[in-house]
Amino acid sequence: MYVAVKGGERAIDNSRLLLAEERRGDPAVPELTLAQIDQQLSLAVDRVMTEGSLYDRELAALAVKQAQGDLIEAIFLLRAYRTTLPRFGYAEPLETAAMHLRRRISATYKDLPGGQVLGPTFDYTLRLLDFDLAENGATPEAEMAEEPLAGAMPRVADILGHGGLIEPETPQDDRPVGDVTRDPMTFPADRDARLQALARGDEGFLLSLGYSTQRGYGKNHPFAGEIRLGEVAVEFVPEELGFPIEIGEITITECQMINQFQGSTTEPAKFTRGYGLTFGHCERKAMAMALVDRSLRAQELGEEPKAPAQDQEFVLYHADNVEASGFTQHLKLPHYVDFQAELVMVRRMRETAANNATPGDDFEEAAD
Amino acid sequence: MTGTLLAGLADPTLDSQRLFRAALEALSRPGRIVTLPDTLPDGPPAPLMPATAALALALFDYETPVWLDEVANTPAVCDWLRFHCGCPLVTDKAAADFAIIAGALPDLSDFPVGSDAFPDRSATLLVQVAGLEAGGDLRLSGPGIDGDISITIKGLPDTLPTLWEANQSLFPCGLDLLLTAGSMLLGLPRTTRIDRRKE
Amino acid sequence: MSTQLPTQIPTGGYNFAYLDEQTKRMIRRAILKAVAIPGYQVPFGSREMPLPYGWGTGGIQVTAAIIGPEDTLKVIDQGADDTTNAVNIRSFFQKTTGVATTEKTREASLIQTRHRIPETALSEGQIMVYQVPIPEPLRWLEPREGETRKMHGLAEYGVMQVKLYEDIAHYGHISTAYDYPVRVNGRYIMSPSPIPKFDNPKMDNSPALQLFGAGREKRIYAIPPYTSVKSLDFEDHPFEIETWDGACAICGATDSYLDEIVTDDTGGRIFVCSDTDYCGERVEAGHKGADDEEKAA
Repeated sequence: MYVAVKGGERAIDNSRLLLAEERRGDPAVPELTLAQIDQQLSLAVDRVMTEGSLYDRELAALAVKQAQGDLIEAIFLLRAYRTTLPRFGYAEPLETAAMHLRRRISATYKDLPGGQVLGPTFDYTLRLLDFDLAENGATPEAEMAEEPLAGAMPRVADILGHGGLIEPETPQDDRPVGDVTRDPMTFPADRDARLQALARGDEGFLLSLGYSTQRGYGKNHPFAGEIRLGEVAVEFVPEELGFPIEIGEITITECQMINQFQGSTTEPAKFTRGYGLTFGHCERKAMAMALVDRSLRAQELGEEPKAPAQDQEFVLYHADNVEASGFTQHLKLPHYVDFQAELVMVRRMRETAANNATPGDDFEEAAD
Repeated sequence: MTGTLLAGLADPTLDSQRLFRAALEALSRPGRIVTLPDTLPDGPPAPLMPATAALALALFDYETPVWLDEVANTPAVCDWLRFHCGCPLVTDKAAADFAIIAGALPDLSDFPVGSDAFPDRSATLLVQVAGLEAGGDLRLSGPGIDGDISITIKGLPDTLPTLWEANQSLFPCGLDLLLTAGSMLLGLPRTTRIDRRKE
Repeated sequence: MSTQLPTQIPTGGYNFAYLDEQTKRMIRRAILKAVAIPGYQVPFGSREMPLPYGWGTGGIQVTAAIIGPEDTLKVIDQGADDTTNAVNIRSFFQKTTGVATTEKTREASLIQTRHRIPETALSEGQIMVYQVPIPEPLRWLEPREGETRKMHGLAEYGVMQVKLYEDIAHYGHISTAYDYPVRVNGRYIMSPSPIPKFDNPKMDNSPALQLFGAGREKRIYAIPPYTSVKSLDFEDHPFEIETWDGACAICGATDSYLDEIVTDDTGGRIFVCSDTDYCGERVEAGHKGADDEEKAA
């Protein structure tokens, strides 16, 4: 007699144990500490915090460790934790003009107040594998500058703004800023919801979409107006105090893209903006986000949306890698009931076709 | 805050769950009179009935603007709702997700009924009535009801079937009602038809 | 507002049923609206769950919002209680609520399911919770949410009729075998979730309350008890369900949905009930499959 397959529970338990063993690897090799991940895989931690929507280096490092370095899995772990946290309110908008900069570059001006500050970047490294690093060679020390960087540096977009050369950035109205983790998106989506979805969006997806706009699928002539990296204060207004207090400092990367100008007979020409913001140092993500933010503004700027990167529903519904990863991988779940339904259907269709076919037709032979 | 505040749910997690299930039962089986569990150690703030107050605690929070009619709008009720639910109390019916009606039925046309695209963006009204009884001259039918069911609602105007027909004609838009009497609850979703039984 | 944990419930550091109380209230309000507008998809603030999207997060959130200590929970995937995903979800609720679980359809007050409706008729006290991957029945015909929302708003369902008609013209049948669209209470066209169309008739006028959760797509919808649920069809091409020539090899059932089991690589196959509880109940009652009868003969 046929006996149905059983034992799901044990199989799952065993699989978990195997996974834990594999995560640890060879026990003769020293185990990674969270501090090591935080310090030496810091860009992985930054990405996980950004797309995980939670600023906590230690938890992000734990997620990276637990996910065996699979960053999308780590982002998922952090999100699933984030969702259980009670929220006690919303912070004040970050004042990025007042941030303590470690890097600040502009591609639109040769020099500007505060200057170009290269800071730590892969940009000018030769991509040669460093075999000294493989042997844990000594790290060369960076020299201390003679004088500290200016405390606050004006943002390039503000400089342009003074002359009216770029569109002003103003809140859409006085309603509270939306939160896509609380209210599902509706379309057309407002810019606050779009920016939040992009900030949480998958770096790879946004990178390719941003790239597509550069190749002509929704071109909008971007210039990297400014990219800045540094620390900024987070302020919060407790109800009982009624005034803002500083609750901490976070590292962020901000990108202001300056895009294709617009004008008409009634309105003088001015540049338009695309904006990118990430936790930590995620420069590629911030730039890609700014490109896609600008392309998603097509409709509000009177451009006819034609390219994928200009299609709000297409971009925003598919940018989230936790959603995309889950649904792609759910194909691993059993679907045999549905498959059986299709089998019955296909067999029946073939029977019908065979019955209708003239003798000698291939169908007859094929049907069973 | 005036005087001492009456307590909220004895067990916020499990009491909320039980109360919600009762509300779900009432709304998915219109005409069935559901008795709510006793969850308020100090009783409700007057003039709220136990069922009204308990449902408020189970369903309202900072995301749900609430409108109170003149009778319900007392300092004790307002303080109690603000403290336990954290819900904004609004004076504009059109801004309300929920309403508590403890007096005569007000003009219902100002409450949001949703739109064709989003019919869920409509108000749910908690209406206190003088009594609810199985059997009687009102015959309900529609989704959730096996055939039809007769009930008596005491303290609502005789014009209820006509009023309700106007609400029904808006479908998929419309208002949903939770009628309370003491600890009893009766759901009237927008899909329910109400006829006066002909003798 | 204070939230305290009941002391007697094992929750592993999380709230009862994992979700925080505010999230539960938000989901509960969405469920009440869903019940009031049968078949309409209510948008809700779906949360990230500790299981991946596409693996039942919508159903899990609905169950977590309604489950209580008095409930008895049954979880099935493909009709079976012991498939890995069903095991995983059941153990999630055991850990976070401590409620009683069962494999018996009759004993359950709450049944969370993926892809099947039990063969045993449901009763008044029961709530079905369906896991839904794509809640929008028109999505395959129109990918844009803005457009499908308009179609539902105006009950403008011509595209669906055209699609089904084209099927008939092309294949001689409506070619949808699962997730076969239904019309609820004569108004909304609704996805029944990817159940085989065999199960569609069980939704019609059911004494149980049926709730649907789509986590990734952030939608909840419902069919109240005793509500008309009609599978779309045409007068000259009426809706019909799958039939099998054989019977279940284990219990001999001819009225249940059968899964095909491949027994060798030369085309040998047998059929067994997809609903393991139904099959087991029949075996207990003395029914036998063809296998056993052959042996006995």
